[in-house]
Formats: sequence, C-alpha cells, structure tokens
Amino acid sequence: MIYDVSIWAIIIFIAFVAMVLGLSFYFARKTKSASGYYAAGGQIHWGVNGIAFAGDYLSAASFLGICGMIAFSGYDGFLYSIGYLAGWVVALFIVAEPLKRLGKFTFTDALDARFNSKAIKLTASISTLVVSLFYLIPQMVGAGDLVVPLLGLPHWAGVVIVGSIVIFIVATAGMTSTTYVQFIKGALLIIFSTILTFYIFKNGLNLNPGEHYKEFTRLETIVEGNTIEGVTDPAYRIEDSYTVNNFHTFMKLDKEGIAHWFKLNDDSTYLEEVLSASIQADGTKLYNGAPKSEGRFRQVGHLTKIEFDGEEVDETGPLGPFKFLSTLENSEIVRFKKMEIKEANTTVWFQTPTSGKDMLIPGLLYKISTRAGATFWTKLNFVSLMLALFFGTSALPHILIRYYTVPSQRAARKSTIVAIAAIGFFYMLTLYMGLGASVNGVLDVESSNMSGPLLAKYFGVGLFSIISAIAFATVLGTVSGLIVASSGAIAHDFLDKFLNMKMDDRKKVKAGKLAAFCVGIFAIILGILFKGMNVSFLVGLAFSVAASANLPSILFLLFWDKTTARGIAWSIVTGILASVIIILLSPTMFEQYGLDRNLAPVPLDNPGIISIPLAVIVLIIASLLTQKDNVNKVENYHND
Amino acid sequence: MHGPAIKLETDHAADKKSRLGIILFIFYILVYSGFVVIGLADPELMRVHIIGKQNLAIVYGFGLIILAIIMGFIYNAICTGMENRMNNKYREDKP
Repeated sequence: MIYDVSIWAIIIFIAFVAMVLGLSFYFARKTKSASGYYAAGGQIHWGVNGIAFAGDYLSAASFLGICGMIAFSGYDGFLYSIGYLAGWVVALFIVAEPLKRLGKFTFTDALDARFNSKAIKLTASISTLVVSLFYLIPQMVGAGDLVVPLLGLPHWAGVVIVGSIVIFIVATAGMTSTTYVQFIKGALLIIFSTILTFYIFKNGLNLNPGEHYKEFTRLETIVEGNTIEGVTDPAYRIEDSYTVNNFHTFMKLDKEGIAHWFKLNDDSTYLEEVLSASIQADGTKLYNGAPKSEGRFRQVGHLTKIEFDGEEVDETGPLGPFKFLSTLENSEIVRFKKMEIKEANTTVWFQTPTSGKDMLIPGLLYKISTRAGATFWTKLNFVSLMLALFFGTSALPHILIRYYTVPSQRAARKSTIVAIAAIGFFYMLTLYMGLGASVNGVLDVESSNMSGPLLAKYFGVGLFSIISAIAFATVLGTVSGLIVASSGAIAHDFLDKFLNMKMDDRKKVKAGKLAAFCVGIFAIILGILFKGMNVSFLVGLAFSVAASANLPSILFLLFWDKTTARGIAWSIVTGILASVIIILLSPTMFEQYGLDRNLAPVPLDNPGIISIPLAVIVLIIASLLTQKDNVNKVENYHND
Repeated sequence: MHGPAIKLETDHAADKKSRLGIILFIFYILVYSGFVVIGLADPELMRVHIIGKQNLAIVYGFGLIILAIIMGFIYNAICTGMENRMNNKYREDKP
C-alpha cells in the first residue's frame, strides 16, 4: 500500500454513512405512495432539486475521473468538464420543460405520453436499464478504488459496502431520500472542492513537492563500442535488457538481491529509475522489486522547471487562479507513461517531461494535431467524444427523472439553471485540482481516480478524510439515483405498463423496492468484475449509449409531428445496438480483452459519431413508413 | 394515458419559450462547434495567448462554461417575464 489508513478518515466516513442512513429512515416513514417513491411527490423545492441535480451529475467520473485524467493527461481531461457542462444547455433550452409536461414518473412515460405504445414501453425501459448499468459500473469501480486507501479494505469490499448501503437507501425511501442525500452531498462537494482549490493557490508551485518526495535514481552507463557493459555505481548489476516498440529500452538491474527497473536515455549515457510492477512465477506481484507493503512503490508527479515572471525559480509562493495557469504554462511537468514489457511480465511507468504549454492545450490523450501523429480516426474519435458529451446529458434516465420531483415547469427550469451554475463552477475547479495533483507528488500511477483525494491528503489528513467521505457519498448518491431510475424502468414501465399487471399504489412501491434490490445486487457483481477500468472512460461510454438510444427520440418527439411510436422504438433499438456493438469492438475494449488494440475492427473508442446519426436516420425512415399509426395519436398533449 | 406526477397549470407561454430555447440552443451549439473545429483544423491556434496571458484553450474552455451559466440566467429571466405576462393575461381575459 502506498498510502496509509487514517483513523480520522474512518471516523468521518462512518459519520457520513450514519447521516445518510438516518436521513433514509426519516423519509422512509413519509414514503407511502408510488408518487412519493418514484418522484418524491413532485414537491421538492427548485433550489434543493438544482443542487440535487449537481449531486446526481457530479459522480465518481467528475470528481475522481476528470481530476485524475487532467493530472495524467492535462487539458484533455478538461474536455470532459466542458462537454459534460455543455450538455446541460440541451437539457435547459430543449428538454426540461416539455419533459416535465409530458411525464409522470419515468422517461418512458414522457416518450409514451402521445402514443400509449407497448413497443415504446418495452424499448425505453430496456434503454433505461442499459444506460443505467453502463453508468453504474464506473460508480461501483470508483467506490472500490476509494475504500482501499480510506479504510484499508480490498476493492471488492468497497463495492459491496456501497451496494448494500444504496440498496438500503433506495429500498426504504426512494426518490425523497435520494434527493436530500444528493442535495447535501452536492453542496458539500462544491464547498470542499473550493477549499481544496484555495489550498492549491496558497501553496503555489514548487520544484520540491515535500520531504516525503524521493528523487528518482540516475545511473551513468559504461559503454564499450555499441554495448552497455555496466553502470558506474558498483552496487548495481545489469541482469536483463528489453526493447519495447523498437524504441524504448528498459533494463533490469540487481542491487542487494532486489530487482530495480531503469530506462535507458536516448543517447545511452545514463539509466533513469522507473516505477515497476512485476508478476512473479508464483503469481505474486512485486512493486519496485518488493511487496507493495514495503512502500518502495511511491506517489509521483513533479515539476522540473518553473518560470515565474520571466525568471527561473524553485518556488513561486501563493498564486492567483490566472497566474497559476500562466506560470504553469511556462514550466515543465514530469508525467509518467505506462508501458508493458510482456517478456518480463512487468509494467513500467517512466518519466516523461512535458512542457506546460502542451499540458494546457488538447492533444496529450486525444491526438488531434498532425504534429503529434493525429490520423483521420483519432480526429473523428475527438469529435465523437465531444458529440456524445454534448447530447448525452439530457438523455440520462437518472437525470431525467429528477424533472418529476418538482411541482411545475417553471421549477423544472429554475432547478436546471441552479444545476448549471453549481456544476459549471465545480468543473472550473477540476482544472486546478487536476493540475495541482500533477505537480505535488501525489499521483498513484495505478489509479488515476485517486488523484483528487490524494491531493487533499497532501494538504492535511483532515481535508483528505472529508473529501474522501464526500467522494464516497458522491458514489452513494449517484448509485441511488441510478437504481431508482432502473427500478422505475422495471417495476413501473415494464411490469405495470408493458405487462399490464395492474398493480395498486402499495404493490407498485413494493415492486420498485424489489427491483432496486435486484439491480443493486447486479451492480455489485459488475463493480467487482470491472475492477481496474478507467472511470471516466466508462462514463463517456454511458453518455454515448444514452445520446444514441434516447436523445433522437426525445428531440423528434418534441419537434417533428410525423414521429411515430414504431419510429421511436426502432430508433431506441438501433441506438442501443449500434453504440454497444461499436464499444465492444473498439481498440480500448480489445486491450481490456488482452488483445492487440490494432486488431480492433472499429478504430473508434467513442461510438457517438456513427450511432447517433444512425438512430436519427432509422427514426425518420421508420416514422415515414408507419404514418398510419399516428391516427390514434393523442393531440394537444401540451396542456392536458 | 399518462400525465404529470401532479396536476400542472396550462402554460400559455410554452410555444414562445420553446422558440426562444431553440434560438439559444443553436447559438450555443455554434460556439461549442467553434471550439471543436479549431481543435481539429488548427490545434496549434489553441496555444495563442488571448487575454491576461491565458491561451485560447483556457479562455475558450472557461468561456463555454461561463457562457452556459449566463445564457441560463438570461433565458430564465425572459421566460419568467413571458409566463407572468401571458398567463396573467389569459386569466384576466377569461370570462
């Protein structure tokens, strides 16, 4: 373990969970009707709902994923912040009020309001489930990541804890308690992220991240002819040498019986120490040549040059938000790149000095500059991501159901604006939190997701404890919302409406709770199976599926009179299938399968650019072919 | 047939608000597309300093977030005005 467990973190964590459970008990007594369970009785104040929106939306992907991605890949992580926020513009200007007018409990209700179609009920409930499950996986994975440093428990234990608590919350009180948990969590996340950002400014930039930070060893080589015979330090002995991708040379050296990995520099004059994780013949994993508990594998990320007001300095002192960025732009940051040495069953992370100028523009992760090796497909991947982020937000079922918790269209609009202001402010902070993590020696190269909480720990264990507990509550709240949405899809849309089981109010609530229990168990299993996958990447995929499956239907229902029930149903099916198939055949998924990413039949990681237009085309064609269906359509739905 | 979770009042400003929403949405999507197009066509332009020693990527990125917030407030103010005017007028005109 490279970070120690803190007793304060445990106490604060338990206090948070106790508060959340107490809130659920309180609201459970008030939740008797289906309207109360699925839509909090439609009586939540718009201000509370707005911050609860922020709580729903600022999930593990936003706080853990985006901060981590910015810390490791600079501005490209901030693209997610920009896209996630821009998506709310679609929600506010296009979707919020009409959806409030159309729906009752769920997104399916809204789509089906004019048609009363079995096909819509079935496909929309399946779509809600698929999108919610795609969104649930990263939340559960994030929960597991969090408890490792927070409570010293294994990853699976974190997933089980979150799953169990959430099942309890949702199965007791439904949307009311979920709303207030989200309100408290959303507000605290924004307040403490602001405090963390203030610490970053106060700390400024420093070449030495602190006494805990260990320099990486550099060894001069002894070269004879074209061969490296050894190193000048007699304590080290070269054991093996490996060349990866015909370019990078890594060497395994022995010192006092411990294996150390180094990278050879370009002109072969020295070796630079790298971080390594090697799997031994007996299956054990050694970190920098020893078990992880010995602490040889350490947190990283530092600056090698700071240019402040035209002069090179060792430290800047406190900086304002703009000066922080302009100074960082003129500095040099050491990032760590990952590489696999398959012949040696070893993963290494080596130092990659990166100009601040490159950190503060897009391109380190998403190759869009021809100079950086961009191709047609890498550029298309960038457009596809931006498209999915923009159109995905207003198609997420757990966001859409929040429109039914407020009493009027005006309240729906106002709560969306509160959400945009709160979320927008938070997303601006993510840039500072991510960059702050990248230069203060806090990064865990095995888990980018922990960059934000570990930065908080750099400034004090108290802040770390609170931030980690909030991050955990973030996961709790988002998972609660997703499970309410999923249980609504199963119990209300599928059982009650599609199968026509004619349940009374009490039975509807019971069915919802049972569905919440089943989805919760399923989410726990998925969270354990998908351990190690990147949280932001997974959420990006959920956005792609939502934008492809749901948004064309919502927009055409609102703005094209010729839209038919079968057009909507076929569009949803096409959107789900196209996006999921492209994801499963993408280069990143091929890497997850342990295959060569170049063998992937689809060169795109983000499916939106293909699956969204495809769903639109299918909706138009299917609707035009089934115009006779619209004879029975319910008109004047606006003001019924 | 489905209906809202609670009984909603008739909104006589709905069509006008919808039109305003579409106009603002199109405006924002054009600004957002500009960011994507610059990233694709000339990513090096993102390095150029625009205001207060900040590069275009930072100014544009923060700008898109702040623009969304400002447009949200403007939209709400106009919509609230429309609702007050049109819905009150309907109530007064009702026999």
